[in-house]
Amino acid sequence: MTATARPQTTEAAAERSQVLDTVMNVIKRIPFYLLVVVIAVYLMFPFYWAFRSSITPDADLFATPVQYFPNNPTLENYRAVLSDDNFIRALGNSAIVAASVTLLALMVGAFASYAIGRFTFRGRTPVLYIVLAMTMFPQIAVLGSLYTLITEAGLYNSLWALIFTYMMFTLPFTVWVLTTFFQQMPKELEEAAYVDGATPFQVFYKVLLPLAAPGLVTTGLLAFIAAWNEFLFALSFTQTPDKFTVTLAIFRFEPQTAGGFEIAWGQIMAATIIITLPLIILTLIFQRRILAGLTAGAVKG
Amino acid sequence: MAEQAAVNPGGEGEGGPLRASDLTRSRTRTAWLLLLPTLLVVAVVAAFPLGQTIYLSFTNERLADLQGPEWIGLDNYRRLLEDDDFHNTIWVTVRFTFITIIAEFILGLVVALVVNSQFKGRGLMRTAMLVPWAIPTVVSAQMWAWMYNDIYGVFNDLLNRRLGIIDQNIAWIADPDYALWAVAAVDIWKTTPFVALLLLAGLQVIPEDIYEAARVDGANKLQQFYKITLPLLVPAIVVTLIFRTLDSLRVFDVFYVMFGARRDTMPMAVYAQNTIVAFSRTGYGSAIAVAIFLIIAIFVVIYVTTLRVERS
Repeated sequence: MTATARPQTTEAAAERSQVLDTVMNVIKRIPFYLLVVVIAVYLMFPFYWAFRSSITPDADLFATPVQYFPNNPTLENYRAVLSDDNFIRALGNSAIVAASVTLLALMVGAFASYAIGRFTFRGRTPVLYIVLAMTMFPQIAVLGSLYTLITEAGLYNSLWALIFTYMMFTLPFTVWVLTTFFQQMPKELEEAAYVDGATPFQVFYKVLLPLAAPGLVTTGLLAFIAAWNEFLFALSFTQTPDKFTVTLAIFRFEPQTAGGFEIAWGQIMAATIIITLPLIILTLIFQRRILAGLTAGAVKG
Repeated sequence: MAEQAAVNPGGEGEGGPLRASDLTRSRTRTAWLLLLPTLLVVAVVAAFPLGQTIYLSFTNERLADLQGPEWIGLDNYRRLLEDDDFHNTIWVTVRFTFITIIAEFILGLVVALVVNSQFKGRGLMRTAMLVPWAIPTVVSAQMWAWMYNDIYGVFNDLLNRRLGIIDQNIAWIADPDYALWAVAAVDIWKTTPFVALLLLAGLQVIPEDIYEAARVDGANKLQQFYKITLPLLVPAIVVTLIFRTLDSLRVFDVFYVMFGARRDTMPMAVYAQNTIVAFSRTGYGSAIAVAIFLIIAIFVVIYVTTLRVERS
């Protein structure tokens, strides 16, 4: 009897101590999870606040004490912002500018990265350094002369001025990141194509470009986000509301209905949510690619 | 020989060395042809404007002027040395840079260490970290400006009415005592996740067996952090530090959205932009831009040299 009972009790004891261990582990993890919660709240609270302000009617928004959950949620602010022609125009302008800049930077940049990544020639290293130097270049350093240049070319207050100047910060980055993608490709594929009698250009767009597709998506996304978010050049090179981009529209927001309040914060927050949404969706879908591109750009730098 | 033929399909049947140099020459020509569009863009939007900025900084160029720029030598730079407004912008920018970078590195390291360990919802957290980075600075500045509102803002409500930490509402943006901290907090919120992601990339390359060996040797968590994590993280820290310093020194958006061109809270870039665009004084504005460029260069040189010293 005792012989069979003994192992049972040790088993039970072991089980009990195991349970105790997990409980202790959970308790030990509590401060850690508390930290996780604090970080999550810190990251997310401003978004929550913008959202709650966007669905709060002005009467509740401009009242104390502050309501942490909207009692009378409304879409009035969204309706006002979306019926504002200038804001819709700004959304269109930003889409046009960001898409054009992205396409241009990818086209021009892919050729250059192909040359730097797959060709050996004298002058390759200096070119690479010029590109690298440009990624560190402050926009403000060329603001004055670009301003003069654009005015003289008659491009002031046009979207062309933005498409053209945005190449300054999108192109070097595109070349830099795409070059690392081209360098990583196996040599054999290229050689096989040459054996079959392909020209360098055919090798480029039939063999290497399809392989570089993930790199193109990554850099394209980063270029699009950078162009969509740009403020300094848009502020300096455009003047009338019909040429504003979204960042300017948010900055110089003029409410649809004045409502007697100095600043229509409810509408501004609605506009903020609207222009941020596409970015959040893009980020959520392509987070892995964006991360890869960011760290490639930074670590290589 | 066979390999050369393979990569030179169109080659004429001539001697080996000549063929190779032909190939090299044609490859080089192709390479420069491919680079041409990029080089043109670089020349037009960066190299030429930079040269022009340096030239304009020695002139009295004004946009409305019909006479065109007149060479005035070092006058702009002499004025810059006596310009108290400009000196104040340097002070504001440098203070902002120190505050934000120190905070972003401490907070960023904590966040990176947390996200680097196993827990439920880690993937979600990493994705959420990208969002503040992805949104326009103008948007984050407006979101925070509303939270800072002196009457209806959530911060005053939280700190004064709910928690009683302050006994009257504070005008976070208007009050000169708080303005710089207020704008720094916006930058810290937006950029800490980005810093954390870069540091996380550095943490992930540290091999797990080093920690295992340390554990076997009886090193506690704190020792592991100081003796393993931190030293091995130095390369990632340095790269991130350089990136963040360059960004901070040329800060524009967040200040301009929150303060406009307010004298006491103006960073260098706002002063330059305001001089060029609002006052059309391109010549003097260009001199400011060159000065900013030089100040940034000084920081880079300091980083690079101290790094070399540490490595050797």
